[in-house]
Formats: sequence, C-alpha cells, structure tokens
Amino acid sequence: MMSEHLKQLEAESIYIFREAAAQFERPVLLYSIGKDSSVLLHLALKAFAPGKLPFPLLHVDTTWKFKEMIQFRDQTAERLGLELLVHTNQEGLDQGIGPFSHGSRVHTDVMKTQALRQALDKGQYDGIFGGARRDEEGSRAKERVFSFRNTHHQWDPKGQRPELWQLYNGRLQPGESMRIFPLSNWTELDVWLYILQEQIPVVPLYFAKERPVVERQGTWLMVDDERMPLEPGERPQNRMIRFRTLGCYPLTGGIDSTAQSVEELLEEMLQSRSSERQGRLIDQDQAGSMEKKKREGYF
Amino acid sequence: MPSLLEKHLQKDLLRFLTCGSVDDGKSTLIGRLLYDAGLVPDDQLATLRADQFKRGLSEPDLSLLLDGLQAEREQGITIDVAYRYFSTEQRKFIVADTPGHEQYTANMVTGASHCQLALLLVDARKGVLSQTRRHLAVVRLLGLQHVAVVVNKLDLLNYNRETYLQIEEQIQALGQQLGLQDLHCFPISAVTGANVVHRSEQTDWYEGLTLLNWLEEVEVQTSIDGEPFRFPVQFVSRPHQDFRGYMGTVTAGQISVGDEVLLLPSQADNQVKQIVGVHGEQPSAQRGEAVTIVLEKETDLSRGEVLVLKKEAPMIVTDQFEANLVWFGDQPLRPGKRYELRLGTVAVPATIKRLLHRLEIQTMQELPSPQLERNDLGRCELALEKAIPCDRYEDLPATGSFILVDRVTDNTIAAGMITATASRQVVWHQGRVDKALRSQLKGQTPKVLWFTGLSGSGKSTLANALEQRLHELGYHTYLLDGDNVRHGLNRDLGFQEEDRAENIRRVGEVSKLMLDAGLIVLVSFISPFKSERQQVRELMNPGEFFEVFVDTPIEVCEERDPKGLYKLAREGKLPNFTGISSPYEPPDNPELILNTHQMSQEENLKQLLSVLRLS
Repeated sequence: MMSEHLKQLEAESIYIFREAAAQFERPVLLYSIGKDSSVLLHLALKAFAPGKLPFPLLHVDTTWKFKEMIQFRDQTAERLGLELLVHTNQEGLDQGIGPFSHGSRVHTDVMKTQALRQALDKGQYDGIFGGARRDEEGSRAKERVFSFRNTHHQWDPKGQRPELWQLYNGRLQPGESMRIFPLSNWTELDVWLYILQEQIPVVPLYFAKERPVVERQGTWLMVDDERMPLEPGERPQNRMIRFRTLGCYPLTGGIDSTAQSVEELLEEMLQSRSSERQGRLIDQDQAGSMEKKKREGYF
Repeated sequence: MPSLLEKHLQKDLLRFLTCGSVDDGKSTLIGRLLYDAGLVPDDQLATLRADQFKRGLSEPDLSLLLDGLQAEREQGITIDVAYRYFSTEQRKFIVADTPGHEQYTANMVTGASHCQLALLLVDARKGVLSQTRRHLAVVRLLGLQHVAVVVNKLDLLNYNRETYLQIEEQIQALGQQLGLQDLHCFPISAVTGANVVHRSEQTDWYEGLTLLNWLEEVEVQTSIDGEPFRFPVQFVSRPHQDFRGYMGTVTAGQISVGDEVLLLPSQADNQVKQIVGVHGEQPSAQRGEAVTIVLEKETDLSRGEVLVLKKEAPMIVTDQFEANLVWFGDQPLRPGKRYELRLGTVAVPATIKRLLHRLEIQTMQELPSPQLERNDLGRCELALEKAIPCDRYEDLPATGSFILVDRVTDNTIAAGMITATASRQVVWHQGRVDKALRSQLKGQTPKVLWFTGLSGSGKSTLANALEQRLHELGYHTYLLDGDNVRHGLNRDLGFQEEDRAENIRRVGEVSKLMLDAGLIVLVSFISPFKSERQQVRELMNPGEFFEVFVDTPIEVCEERDPKGLYKLAREGKLPNFTGISSPYEPPDNPELILNTHQMSQEENLKQLLSVLRLS
C-alpha cells in the first residue's frame, strides 16, 4: 500500500530526472551520502530502470566526513554497480585547510564550494542533480527545480527563469550549467516516510547508538578521529545520539535520541518540534548565510 | 506500526496558491496557520522571538515564517514565488506564495500553474477591490476551480457580521460572473487567529468550517472517467537489443496492456505490449503515473511524440493555434519574432503571427493593442515550424500549455494556454522555397502598398511613418521612394512621357520581386496615369496590391511646395510637371483614400493598418 502523497512526489521526481537526462548532454548526480542522496539515488534508479543510470555519481570529499559515510558510499556504489567519481580540493588539502584550524566558513568555502566548482569544471557537466529540498531553508524556498548557474556557477535569485506547469527550460550557453533538484517538493518527513516505505538503506549514523562525543556550542560533536582537538584533560563521553543531517563531522551536531529504526525515528520526529538544519553549524554563521553561500555556488 | 505514523502514510497532497498583497496580511495568515496548527519548529519560534525582541513588537511577526530572501526580509515584501510545505495528519500541503501587486501578475500565473486551489485575501476594511477581481480572473484563466476567499482583518471592524456578509455577497456574485464553481468565504483575523485553525467566540454568528478544516477536506481530484489518454514521450530507453521502452508520465486518462494506440504526429498505429511502473510491471497506468511503455510493433518513436488511444476522439495535430499569453519578457512582445515553443516534451520554433487583443484583467475587456508588456495578458495567433499534437488548455492543461523561450537569451519569456486549435492539412513543400514559405518564416502576409498622389501631397512622409510603425510591430518591410530609385536603378531615365512610363514599370517589377521575397512593400510614387498603375496591379495576385490615393488638393500641395518644384513649374522651368504642365489622373477605385490636410498622421496610420488588417 503506497501513500497517495508519496506516490505523487515520486512520480514528479522521476519526471524531473527523465526531463533532465533528455535535455542535458553531460549530467551528473551530486551524491553527498546523506538520506536525501539515498532517496535521490533510489528515484534515479527507478526513473531509468531497467536501464542503467545515464550519468555518474560525484562526491566532493572534504576529507572530514564521518568514516561511516565513506564506507557507506563505497559499499553503495559497489552494490549497485555505479560509476562513482570522488573529488577533493588538492590545493586546500596541501594548505591543510580544515574546520578546526580555519573555522567552518573558510573550510566550507575551500573544501566544499571551491572543490565543487573544480569538479564541475573538470567534468564539464551541464546538468547537476542535487538533493536539496525547498523546505530546508528560506532561500531555497524560491529556488527553481531547474536552477540556472552562470559560467562562474553563481545563482542569481532575482534573475531566475519562470517555471510553469511541468515545463522546464534547460537551454544553456557553453560554460553555463543547471542545478536540478528533483526533491524540491519533499520535506524531511516525506523523505523518511519514503525511506520506510521503500526500505532504502541509509548511513547508520542516522540511528541512535552510543557514540564518543564532546560538547561544543550547545551540541554534541562526535569524536570520529584523532583530529578532534580536546581541551586539556577533556575526555569524550559515550552518549546515545543520532544525527538528523550528515556532513563534515566537526560541523555536524548530534541529538540525544533512542530511535534505532526508521519507525522509531519517525515517531520521534512527529513529536519533536525542531527544524532539520539546526544541527548544522554551517547555517548559523551569519544571518542569511545560506543565501550567501548559494550565490557563490554552494549547493 | 504506530497509528500516528500510519495516518501520515495515508494522507494525500494538496497544492494551493495564496494571493493578495502584503497589506492584506497574507504572510501573517500563513504564519498563523502554521503557528496555530503547531507546525512551527522550536528553533524557528526562537528566531521569531528574537526578532520580536529586536524590533520591540508586542506579538511575534508571523509573516517572517514565510518570507524568504534576505533583501525581501529587509524590505518586508515578497517578490517572487516562494514555496512552503506543511502537513497535518490528513494532508500534505504545498503552498505557492505569490505577491499581490499588479506588476506581479506573471508570478501569480506561475504559482497558479502548480496549484489545484487558490486562497485569496480580502481586507475587510476595503472590501472587494479591482485587485480582487484581477486575482479571481487569473485564477479562472488558469482553470483553478476551488477558491477560498479569506475576508481578513475583521478584528479591526469588531467582527462586524453585516460587513462580512456584504463582502461575501459581492464575492459570490463575482465568482458566478467569472464561472468559478467552488467559492468559499471565511470571516478571519490572521492577527488574532479567528477561524484560521480555531473557531472564535467573536464570530459566533459564523457556522461554517475553519479555514484549515476546509483545506483538509475539500475534494480537488477530478475524475479520469471520459478523459482521453495522453502520453508525451519523454525519454527513449534502450538498455539492450531486446528492449525499447518509451518513458514518460501519463498526463491524462488511462491505458492498459493490449490497448491499441496511435503515435502522433505520424499517425502510425501500434499496441501496448507492456507497462513498467515504479514497482515493476503493471497492467495499466493512469494520469500522474511515471511509467515506461513497450509497444508490440517495432517503431522508432522519439522524444516529443505523443501516444494516444485509437478508440478515443482524435487529438489535433496542427502548426497553428490561438492562445492566451502571459508576457514575462523585459522586451515587449512584438509579432513576427521567432521563439522556441515548448509544449509537453516537444520543442519547436514558433512565431507569434498576430496579437489579437490585450486582456484588460481588471475589467476582463479585450482591447486592441500593438504589443504586450511584462505582466500583460493577451490572445495571440501562433505559427509553428512543424505540426505538433496539442489540446485546448481548458480540456487538457498538460498538453494545452506551453512556454516561449527567447532563442538568444534562453530566458522563458511567455507562458501560453491554447484556446483554439485549427486542424490543418500540413503541406510539404519539396525542395522549393516559395513566397508562402518565405512569408511564413516572417510571420506576415506580403503586400504592396502603392501610394499615389501629387508632389507634396504627403505620400512619402506617410509611407515613412507607416514603415516605422510596421517595423516596431515586427514586420519586415521595404520602402521604394521615387527620389531614391531615380538616383540608382532608374538613373538613366528622364521625365519625358516614355521615361516616366518605364520608371513605373521597373518599380512595379521590383515591387513584385520584393513581394515574392515575403516583404510588405511600400511604394511612394506620383504615378499620375491610371493605365500604368493598372499595369502594376496586374503583376500581382488579387488582394496583394493596395492602391492608396493621397488626395491632397493641389492648392495645399503648392502652398507646401517642400522642394520648391511648384514654383519652378509655374515659372515654366519644369516641363511635364504633374498638376501644372502634365495631368494627374485620380484613381477610380483605390483601396484607400487619405489626405494629409484634414486628417492627422495618426488617423491616416490607423486607416492604413486597418486596411492591412494589422491593427
């Protein structure tokens, strides 16, 4: 038995995938390993079954992702026989850029935004699928499903192409590109309901487990490796936590939870009243910070 | 499975549009809806409270839950379409929030194109305004049948029942006039929350549903019974030799394995062998489902073609239709320019042949207009470079709606809804480009306008002004003027009778060539003799030659004497000067008689455009 609203969202996303695959010459799916990427990939596979995906997966690796994420990424690519490309900003790596030494703003700019631009330029991709949803944050609420980027990968929120009915205008000049968001109309709740219904595998970090953590800025940070600087005498404590979103471990706060399955997690979510990106330190740097990052080319 | 979760897995989806201006309290209303339904997350509540404290407000500003971009937050206005998502146990809602100002009609159309229902705000203190009328008209134009009219700010009128009832009555009358089927009014205060989610003691006289209750219960799905099947091919799947599937979304009706189908535009027939859906093979598919269809007979369908059912009424395949257009472009619409038209999954070059009228949305009046500007609505005739299958928007919106894309800037510059299709035999011209094809490309009917009249009658001034106007309207023209031609092509000719005849003959032939090139040719020559003008007329097909007699009396011409020729003629220095030393034979039955001493240039132009059927 399939939920009517999920059925509609699913059909809409598949339509968008097929539309983009038909309109662009070099599409690529930006795979960020999180739950939204899992759903995105699942929908992409459905859209082109029984054929193979007509585009590769691209992961921009900051080298600060949770170890379990990287493991999950490689297993997924292998299990499904997918072409996976991984890109890291080598310059940034050589300069030793990281969230602890340079702060979240510089780290995100160099290791994510600039790294993404490098990877896109290198592959000359014209259609780039992403898992962003409009309900995540205010500035995303107005972004189109086919979201135009100029030759510098920049977004102009005031100069967007009107988007009517299901008619997507993917016309581009050389060097320009389109970000495509098949999950635009999904909410966090929809994503989890769909994961439950379709039994889609996700990174285990989403489920509660005893994990070694330290407290930073009112949230729990997991000590995923030895690069985490500890205060003199500080020892990580073990806590039952889970993560609502996944990114670089030093920038991703966990929440106290006992939810160990998708059902339990959904139950907890339906009772909780905190919006999703709260655990992400990245959005809280400055007011309107997401909009700024997006203009510069962040996803 | 826990029951709460089960409920969430059974809900359906409703997409609605909110229209009304900032002043009507639109953002506050949606904010209130979320707030009272307990759907605002804690961290957003904290942000709201921080803002309230910073600005020293007595209540949190609920409108902030809705406004998106930073600049808008600062200016306190919404400028584009923003989407908001919330769900109750009954339904998931997608809200398209669009600004209410007149200059944002285009945004409202965009929002409405994704919705099944409209929520319209009316400020109870102001009642029904022209804006209300405009919003309802757009809603009707886009084919939305369900409308909730929120009569807001009743708190400022002490929840006065009479005022509310008066407004309700006006709204219902307006709805009936426009043909809106399902129109509901709600007495509301977004600021206090009355009748948004909870009932209010202040309005104990109101017995209907609260806004949220109604939104949760209203039935918006239309039946697929009797709806013809449409399947625009989106993507062709060929994973291996033995499988060729046509991927796409059923936009209307339903289909089953074994059904006989037609492929359009080729009209080839075939049969459905297999339908693959999101969970594998399935026996049938209906509107909204994304599937892959495999056909019995091998065929080479490609993206843009449409599958229909053989047993159903035929779908129109045409290269021209009439449509309502909403203009988004910064440059105004000018007939004659080529755009890329995108309808369903097909993209084809198209020309706007004619602007039939502009729709004055306040009054729903159809007014003649030379152009459409940004946010204008109008009815146009379009010519496509090849015939495509399509429907009337009113019948089947998915195959009756399109966008126009500027081929240079790549921007989407218009949205269209087909109002009438003409089924037309498509004639294939094999290898020969002729007058019809040339003029089709230009989106115009070639003509020759022959201005005749005395020297100084104002022929050239008028012909120049007309060419200017036609050019602005996007027509391709050329002006042949006596003086210009005599400097080049007819340099060898003098003013004796024979030479004057040869002069006209040559100009007649040149006009004919230009006519053949598809141009609108304007000729400004004294051409005093009937027989010569008749000879030229006979070079062209009936209906192509327009004789325009500029009937300015000789006294007026002589007084004007712009080149001092009359003076010379009177002095006997110019032999064979028409009107003085040579006769002028006025036409017996010209297509148009104009004069430049009693009629203004604008009046003359109007007559010229109307005789050309271009106004």
